Amino acid sequence: MNFPVLSIIVFSPIVAAMVILLIPAERKTEARGVALAAAIFALLLSLWAYLSYDKAAAGYQFTEQYNWLPQLGISLHFGVDGISAPLVLLTGVVMFTGVLISWGDFGEHVSAGIQDRPREFFAFLFILASGVFGVFASLDLFMLFFFFEIAVFPMYLLIVIWGWDKTREYAAMKLTLYLFIGSVVALVGALAMYWVAGQNTGVYTFDLLQLEKAGFSASFQNLWFLPVFFGFAVLGGIWPFHNWSPDGHVAAPTAVSMFHAGVLMKLGAFAALRVGIMLLPEGAKYWSWVIMLSAGIAIVYGAFIAFVQTDLKYMIGFSSVSHMGLVLLGFSTLNRDGLLGAGVQMFSHGIMTALFFAITGMIYDRSHTRQIPELGGMNKVMPFASIGFIIGGLVSMGMPGFSGFVAEFPIFLGVWKTQWLVAVIASISIILTAGYVMMAISRVFFGKMPERFEGHITPITTLDKVAIFTLSLLMVVIGLFPAIMVPLVETGVNNILRLLGGL
Amino acid sequence: MFTSTSFLSILPEMLILALGIILLVVEPFWKEERRRDTGWLTAGGLFAILIISLLVGRPGEPVATLGGMVRFDWLGFFFKMLFIFAAGITALFLMDHEKAGRRGEAYVLLLASTIGMSLMASSADLVMLYLAIETTSIPLYVLAGFMLSDDHSTEAGFKYLLFGAMTSAVMLYGFSLLFGFAGTTNLYALAAALQAGRLTAPVILGVIFLVIVGLGFKVSIVPFHFWAPDVYEGAPTPIAGFLSTASKAAGFVVIARFFLVVFPGFTLTWTSLLAVLAAVTMTAGNLLALPQKNLKRMLAYSSIAHAGYAMIGIVALSQLGITSVVFYMVAYIVTNMAAFGVVAAVGRAVGSDEYDTYRGLSRRSPWLGLIMLAAFLSLAGMPPFGGFVAKIFVFAAGMQAKYTWLVIVGILNSIVGVYYYLNVMKYVYLYRMENEDEEKHPIALTRPYVIALIILALGVILVGTVFAPWFSWSSAAAVNLF
Repeated sequence: MNFPVLSIIVFSPIVAAMVILLIPAERKTEARGVALAAAIFALLLSLWAYLSYDKAAAGYQFTEQYNWLPQLGISLHFGVDGISAPLVLLTGVVMFTGVLISWGDFGEHVSAGIQDRPREFFAFLFILASGVFGVFASLDLFMLFFFFEIAVFPMYLLIVIWGWDKTREYAAMKLTLYLFIGSVVALVGALAMYWVAGQNTGVYTFDLLQLEKAGFSASFQNLWFLPVFFGFAVLGGIWPFHNWSPDGHVAAPTAVSMFHAGVLMKLGAFAALRVGIMLLPEGAKYWSWVIMLSAGIAIVYGAFIAFVQTDLKYMIGFSSVSHMGLVLLGFSTLNRDGLLGAGVQMFSHGIMTALFFAITGMIYDRSHTRQIPELGGMNKVMPFASIGFIIGGLVSMGMPGFSGFVAEFPIFLGVWKTQWLVAVIASISIILTAGYVMMAISRVFFGKMPERFEGHITPITTLDKVAIFTLSLLMVVIGLFPAIMVPLVETGVNNILRLLGGL
Repeated sequence: MFTSTSFLSILPEMLILALGIILLVVEPFWKEERRRDTGWLTAGGLFAILIISLLVGRPGEPVATLGGMVRFDWLGFFFKMLFIFAAGITALFLMDHEKAGRRGEAYVLLLASTIGMSLMASSADLVMLYLAIETTSIPLYVLAGFMLSDDHSTEAGFKYLLFGAMTSAVMLYGFSLLFGFAGTTNLYALAAALQAGRLTAPVILGVIFLVIVGLGFKVSIVPFHFWAPDVYEGAPTPIAGFLSTASKAAGFVVIARFFLVVFPGFTLTWTSLLAVLAAVTMTAGNLLALPQKNLKRMLAYSSIAHAGYAMIGIVALSQLGITSVVFYMVAYIVTNMAAFGVVAAVGRAVGSDEYDTYRGLSRRSPWLGLIMLAAFLSLAGMPPFGGFVAKIFVFAAGMQAKYTWLVIVGILNSIVGVYYYLNVMKYVYLYRMENEDEEKHPIALTRPYVIALIILALGVILVGTVFAPWFSWSSAAAVNLF
């Protein structure tokens, strides 16, 4: 019964990274094979954890605790609840599909995926994956930081080495500095929490479950909530600190864009929720209007900017800002519907952008352009990709029957209950989203294929198809059977509401 | 009176002395081509001394030995072990140094300096302290200027000597004031004299200023840092690594012991002074590191900045604060030695330390690239490497002592640090050599480099992940000051 599933999930990628590094540089296929095996392993374990989570019992499950530094109250404490279990699964899915997309070994005629130094690429990507898993599973503030930083620094290398050579140096450094600034600002707040909680209770600990009971005074919470919440939410792409995100998306190689938009941005939102809102609930209530304002602006502004982009990746990048705004808007309501929607949206958006970026990568690798006006008629060569993109588009618009609806509907419901005006304004984004997604689909996949592409565009590979299929399937299944995710997330939401004091 | 405790209290020093004598006797009999083996003898001997001391020389309750000259406690002992470790690694790096590796004097001087550092860590008397500082410094002046045919090295040695002599004279003046007013040279007796009010406030303030000049030079805090970049650039790279780690740690242990033991009643005066110096040091070090194009100079400025971070722990003036300083020194020694080791290895192969020579390093030698990455990320304060945990502990101590402003300065500075450390990694991982033919230019590593770099890389990761034992030892050392 005490199978340490979470620590295996967290540490298996880093172990795999070490193994990959030990493979000689020229044996690229072996490096890819180990990466794929490790990704499948992590995916299956996270799927198992997701499915065997006991919804009736709720709370934190699969918990493990090992003393790490008892003098300061630091322990390696893992556990997932209804909010983090889907995110662990999401990471497993994105890791698996990311490896498939980056395979990069199809003989001479296709130059897709990662061909230069795949060994280092997968090693860094997996170190990042370990960090991501660690943040989602950590129940210790110190370890949460530890894994948060592990998830940040490989991004720099991944973008700067394998990224788009026009902007990679600029974008990678910008991204790293933004995220590092955000996290260290939150760190100051976390240290303040640690000392004050120790003074209040007499027990100095970084354990999140203990810190929840620390009884921080209202003035303390009001002082530190904004630095902590915004510090983490920088990674969630919160306006006005979202600027790094589209640049980062565009410069990153395909799999890294998938990780970045699909998982890393959730990391920011999740940490902001877990540390900001759950430890400082009074502060959250006091400042919720600031989050709501900033999220509302992100939603509408992101959608407008996405609307006018001609670069496919920039379009998706800004649409991510807009959709992540919805997550943070859900948080800001602090009520059941909003939080529930935000929880599902984190998963749904992660899968959706991963799919978008994967397909964009496939197109770019073959046509060497991402300019929407220059593309066309891709449906003829890659019908599978075009179906995937359309499903992604429908999710992004929030169509009923797809996961986007399951997520966005409760968010708007929750916002309506607190501030109906914000709900009205934010709903503009739905129209805009429908507009730019439709336009992109029709221009890129349909219409006439430009002559210079005729005969040069090769079909997508089987591995690509497996990745597209996996991602699309999840979105449709959750859309049709919300029951496989919503009740689970609801158990997590109940816990947050308990901390907020109103159930 | 010479008891077994007093014997044990200077056991490491005596063993090092014995090793030095063996070296002096053996080396002239060896043929020219065998002289390189002196390095193996030194490193092996030092690691043996490390193990022997750990097995039989551990201190119990703090005691004063040798007539009060030496304090036998965990603080001193722990730092002695660090110095011996650093000296052993430095000996390994020195072996294949073109100009210094085959000359026995270099190793003997290294050992002499290590004896001085060990005594610095445990001395409890002004006279002993001064002698120890000089024993540390004089061999280092010679080592910094060891490459006589190289103008840069000669300049480095001379500059180091002038700065060192001047600042130590200033410090000696401070010591003489203390002795003149209190009538004793023993640190612990001095504390009692101060408690009794035998010194007036202006005198105490003056003494604090004068002593900070001398010790500030050792740990290279602003404004006593001007020597560091030139000396690091000119000195043989392994020696620069030793200067920036062990010598700095020795300075920190003296600062901690001297100020906490002698001036416990005047904390506000010197902590506020040190807090300002820490903030200025971090900021200046980091900002000056930004425009550098030479890796050794950059590491010099970065080591200035790190002295600033570590100073936060001293300023915090708590048990956790001193623990975090000790921990910081552990992490910093392994990290910075690894960084200098890579620089030494690359510098030996390509003959330059400019950023440009690091182009394509990760393709020329993937493992060297990875070790450099680990060392630089650790310096930048990223997990899972030692530098991350060390920084968090220091900042936590600062927050506990309500020095929030200083912690914020530290945090802003570490952001600047991330920028210039990653900037170097861009050369290593992204940029390519002129003809993109890195495979034809692998960087050959000799066995001493491989051994030392593996030990250090493992150390960087171990300190950063399994930090509980290091923390326990650091805190056992720190508790001796309270």
